[in-house]
Amino acid sequence: MPHKDKKMIEINNLNKKFQKNEVLKNLSIKIEKGESAVIIGRSGTGKSVLLKCLLGLLKPDNGKIKIGDKYIYGKNYQYIGNKEVKIGMLFQGGALFDSLNIWKNISFSALQNKVSEKECKKIAIETLEKVGLNPNVADLYPSELSGGMQKRVSLGRAIFSEPDIIFFDEPTTGLDPITADVINKLILEKVNDLGATALTITHDMSSARTIASKVYMLHEGNIIWGDSVDEMEKTKNEYILQFVNGQSKGPIKIQNN
Amino acid sequence: MKFFINVGSSIINFLEETGRFFIFTLKTLKSIISKWYLKNIFQQMISIGYLSLPVVALTSFFTGGALAIQIYYGGNQFNSEVIVSSIVALGITRELGPVLGGIVVAGRVSAAIAAEIGTMKVTEQIDALRTLSTDPYEYLVFPRVVAGIVVLPILVGFADVIGIMGGWFVGVQSLDFNGSVYLQNTEIFLESNDIISGLIKASVFGFIITMMGCYHGFFSQGGAQGVGRSTMNAVVSSSILILGSNYIMTNLLFAS
Ligand SMILES: Nc1ncnc2c1ncn2[C@@H]1O[C@H](COP(=O)(O)OP(=O)(O)OP(=O)(O)O)[C@@H](O)[C@H]1O
Ligand SMILES: [Mg+2]
Repeated sequence: MPHKDKKMIEINNLNKKFQKNEVLKNLSIKIEKGESAVIIGRSGTGKSVLLKCLLGLLKPDNGKIKIGDKYIYGKNYQYIGNKEVKIGMLFQGGALFDSLNIWKNISFSALQNKVSEKECKKIAIETLEKVGLNPNVADLYPSELSGGMQKRVSLGRAIFSEPDIIFFDEPTTGLDPITADVINKLILEKVNDLGATALTITHDMSSARTIASKVYMLHEGNIIWGDSVDEMEKTKNEYILQFVNGQSKGPIKIQNN
Repeated sequence: MKFFINVGSSIINFLEETGRFFIFTLKTLKSIISKWYLKNIFQQMISIGYLSLPVVALTSFFTGGALAIQIYYGGNQFNSEVIVSSIVALGITRELGPVLGGIVVAGRVSAAIAAEIGTMKVTEQIDALRTLSTDPYEYLVFPRVVAGIVVLPILVGFADVIGIMGGWFVGVQSLDFNGSVYLQNTEIFLESNDIISGLIKASVFGFIITMMGCYHGFFSQGGAQGVGRSTMNAVVSSSILILGSNYIMTNLLFAS
């Protein structure tokens, strides 16, 4: 490579199983820098597992994952990561620290690195505004917020340190359509302004249409389709048609998990 | 045939668990040479130590009192003033202070730690820590273990004083002892080794309690039920380990 593209993600033949349950089977995907990739797929197909493998939270059984110009797993699939690339993650369940208040949650990484509390709180409040929350929630605790508000705080925490790569696991589920749109815009903005690479998992087709530069479909442990949103609207691919139109009849069977 | 399969698989489970615990301990100890979260250590000292003080104090006061009565009525009442005070002092500082203090704190603290860390595990907060470049061993486990090791001897120090006062109180109130003679006798019979050995034990118990809480919490699985199970396991295993290690330490410290 002539120069390093630290925002690129490349996965080759990734396998991951839990006991006898083969979740990911020889999955390969390449996400270019600055791309806003969206992965769709039925519940339980392994979308969250895929993200966790990318983050070093679950150990793959086989395959290679490269982030930037580094393979992030070494010998025996020991996670080494790529220290040069800042990664943000929005967990499906929010995963806010319930012993810390909202602004400390948002600015967690900076607080641990000796940035002053005053400075952290200031940036945390700016972040709150960006995700459409009233600054006066800053001193509340996560359990005092509604589910959708928690999700937005979580999103704030994921983008706080201006990451190079951001993973969003179902950012808009549980949000009303208006807030969902705010979140979609925010994701777009992060990708366009910061030139970040985003990988979003969603079931929300309108969200996918708004944010995706490319849509991938995960089915039975593999990426079976990947193209632009325009192509997704035109395709005759039966899997995509069934998923996008939300029909129970089609090649995707209900009883496979 | 089925019998052998069962025995075999429980041996494998046991070895697996032991290995997992060994690695867990190593990762925790590795934090010594990495980042120390002093604020977390301080917070844990408050919640493990200060907040346990009332239960520990009550337990040891009543134990000291009950011990005094047992010795008085159970033994020869001749010269009882000396015997009661000395046995209460030795019994409390060497054995009852640390062991009962340890067990009471085990019930309170290892359960609380296991529940807290277990909930963090099943709600992906531990994963979230990792994605924010924070090592959960350094941030969660190590501060609790350090706090346990430091704070338990302090608690047991209080328990010693309060337990002796319990014996003294009963002696003066219902056994008609002379209060100042009782305290003098205590002072004569008690050696600093008795106290120090108890405090060393307490430190080890602090390690056991916090490690068991963290370990069982850390490997919680599957929602509220899983957290409940690991809480129970934390209390049971820390209590058993306290009693077992106490026996070993008593042998090492006194049987020479
Ligand atoms: N830690 C784990 N241990 C065992 N099995 C797991 C674990 N995590 C996930 N699985 C299994 O892997 C499969 C995929 O799970 P995953 O959470 O990735 O689904 P998903 O595609 O994100 O679904 P959803 O859209 O509902 O979030 C499921 O069958 C699940 O049971
Ligand atoms: Mg998921």
